Amino acid sequence: MAGLVEGLAALLLLVGGAFALVGAIGILRLPDFFARLHGPTKATTIGIGAVVLALLLIAWAHGEPVPWRALLIPLFLFVTAPVAAHAMARAALGRRARPGAVRPDAGSQP
Amino acid sequence: MLTLAVPAAILLFVAALALSVWRLVKGPRPADRVLALDSLTTCLMALGLLGGLMLKTDAMIEVALLLALLGFAATIALSLALGGGPVPPGGEEG
Repeated sequence: MAGLVEGLAALLLLVGGAFALVGAIGILRLPDFFARLHGPTKATTIGIGAVVLALLLIAWAHGEPVPWRALLIPLFLFVTAPVAAHAMARAALGRRARPGAVRPDAGSQP
Repeated sequence: MLTLAVPAAILLFVAALALSVWRLVKGPRPADRVLALDSLTTCLMALGLLGGLMLKTDAMIEVALLLALLGFAATIALSLALGGGPVPPGGEEG
């Protein structure tokens, strides 16, 4: 039983790392800021959630006291990640669409 | 099994960290750099948790929570500093 739980925790760790890596590849490879914004904000949140779940499962499998307060981390991230992404998108929009400013990319919008 | 999975996960998160740092250095717009910093903080939290797992200590949970708070505050502050004010009355299309 403990071995099974440990295997599940190992799988969760790898899945979390893969999610974070995919998000980071998105941050590097996507062509435009607003496209880049939507990759890591979701992927890294899932990555952290998986790592914290694995942490709880490992503590449970080893018979140690389970650190439930670790659940605060994904809870906080689930609340703040959309807010942060919204603020960043607003900041990028504000620089491009400032009233009276010359828009360097005017006319090149698809 | 965990002796293999934890270093593998650390390797994956370090790769993600490196890609974020690359975007932080390269980023053509300031908003790109803020986004890279946000992603970098999240990767650092995961690396801290995994390090705590390797060292068999619980203390890294508090470290990760504090990093989450600081990263969120930094992202909001930098976004506001970049000019993300309220939407003007005519809407954002202007």
